[in-house]
Amino acid sequence: MIDVNCLIGAYPFRELPHPAPDVLVRVLAREGLDGAWVGHLPTAFHRDVTAGNEALFAALEPHRALLEPVPAIRPGWPHWQLALANAHADGARAIRAYPVQWGMGAHDARLAALAQACAEIGLPLVLTTRFEDVRQRSALDSSSDLTGAHIRAIVRADPNARVIVTCAGRALIEESHWGLTPDERARLWWDISWIWGPPEDDLAHLLQTVGAERFLFGSAWPLRLAQSPIASLDLLPPELRPLFTAEVP
Amino acid sequence: MVDPALAPLAGSTPLVDVHAHFHHRGSGRADWQRVNAARLRAGERIGIRAHIASILGSWGHTSPTYFPSPADLTVGNDAMLALASEHPDRIRCYVSVNPNDTAHARDEIARCVERGAVGIKLAASRRADDALLDPIADEAARRGLPVLHHIWQHRTREWPGQEISDGADLGRLAHRHPRASFILAHIGGGGDWAHSCAAVREISNIYIDLSGSGVDRGMLDLAYASVGASRLLWGCDITMETGLAKLRALETVGLNEDELAEVRWRNAARIFPHNALPGIPTSGVAARRTDAHARVSQ
Repeated sequence: MIDVNCLIGAYPFRELPHPAPDVLVRVLAREGLDGAWVGHLPTAFHRDVTAGNEALFAALEPHRALLEPVPAIRPGWPHWQLALANAHADGARAIRAYPVQWGMGAHDARLAALAQACAEIGLPLVLTTRFEDVRQRSALDSSSDLTGAHIRAIVRADPNARVIVTCAGRALIEESHWGLTPDERARLWWDISWIWGPPEDDLAHLLQTVGAERFLFGSAWPLRLAQSPIASLDLLPPELRPLFTAEVP
Repeated sequence: MVDPALAPLAGSTPLVDVHAHFHHRGSGRADWQRVNAARLRAGERIGIRAHIASILGSWGHTSPTYFPSPADLTVGNDAMLALASEHPDRIRCYVSVNPNDTAHARDEIARCVERGAVGIKLAASRRADDALLDPIADEAARRGLPVLHHIWQHRTREWPGQEISDGADLGRLAHRHPRASFILAHIGGGGDWAHSCAAVREISNIYIDLSGSGVDRGMLDLAYASVGASRLLWGCDITMETGLAKLRALETVGLNEDELAEVRWRNAARIFPHNALPGIPTSGVAARRTDAHARVSQ
């Protein structure tokens, strides 16, 4: 099973214990995971993503068998198309984008252009709903959570766009999924890092309604405990657990 | 030999959830029985021996969750007592009170303790350091009942629907009532947990409950470093998968077996009334209590 939602690097608003690739490799082994898609956390808060992407590729280089880079591309930044092409050539597994951190509204043409460009080269686009619970967010972090409108607009931007949304809860998942056509829904995946288990049983509900094939394993490490999505799977009703195969696009 | 597929996910050592909730017919949701059953089923799977639980009035259906009316509190407490009677081997209850109705709160504590309540639940009807909480804390100390107080980890502003308190607010109440035990609710339940850990670090009659949907890395490490294993209590609140995850993470944080037992059940056995918790041994745990925590009822 692949963790599609890992990061390395510091977080600007609090100390994170050991957000380093060698530690992540040990965490994957401890939790019985086969690998991870890894982004660079500080880059989400940079205006220019270039240096962060270079740091990501360099840091992951010794661990590429397990850790696949997911650099960020900021559409609209000068030469962003070239940056995307270079990331693709360097072996990026997917592309991360941070619309709310970059102040881009749901229907910003730059996001549509990024979705189209990623679709053209066959790379999934990874969106982050939130890094922290809104109730603890620093006053300096004024961005909202990612909205359903963003997600729907990006999925609709290109018939071949494939989108993975991390750290979403049931409400955002449902408003996005049921707000798309069947063809559009089939190009949208969710990680399970922030979906509630029992007693509300949101994960069990979503696996049955939205469909198990729409969900991927994700932990949001190093911000959140890698043990959490594993506990969620352990607490699923026994008949649902085999449905969760977490096949990455 | 136990079938590994049926063995408790959290092992067979006693485990107490000090922060659980149930629903009832008047909660305003049609699936209340499903949710209650799901909690017990997940508890069985995890290996929870005792759910210490509360119902906050009507959960907002007929009066606000955090400002419940006296009538709704009575109905909710009755429903909670009924659940405890129905599951004597698994469930114990807090009596929920609103400190704005002092007489009702006192009467409700007396009535529910008589029927088996083992602690007092305070939500967010009045700030924790308000003088109106003194008579309730007095009752708690006199009766040897811990007070589970809903906390927003670092209150930086007012939030709608609650008169919210943080660790510093609770600390002032705890200072005024050194003979009572206070449980700082859900360190993972929203807000800046680092603030709470610092605010209650030296207040020995405040225990940190690890429940809440938040599973931030670094939170358990800091809580452990701040107050030690002897002042941590395990719990789930409204997400049980995060409770299981935190229990597993405590081992990687570095707690040894003895410390894990403190968090899993021994600390709870110390602060709740003697023999109050089903399936939880009490022999040997009382000796670790400090004078500051000594219950006047024993």
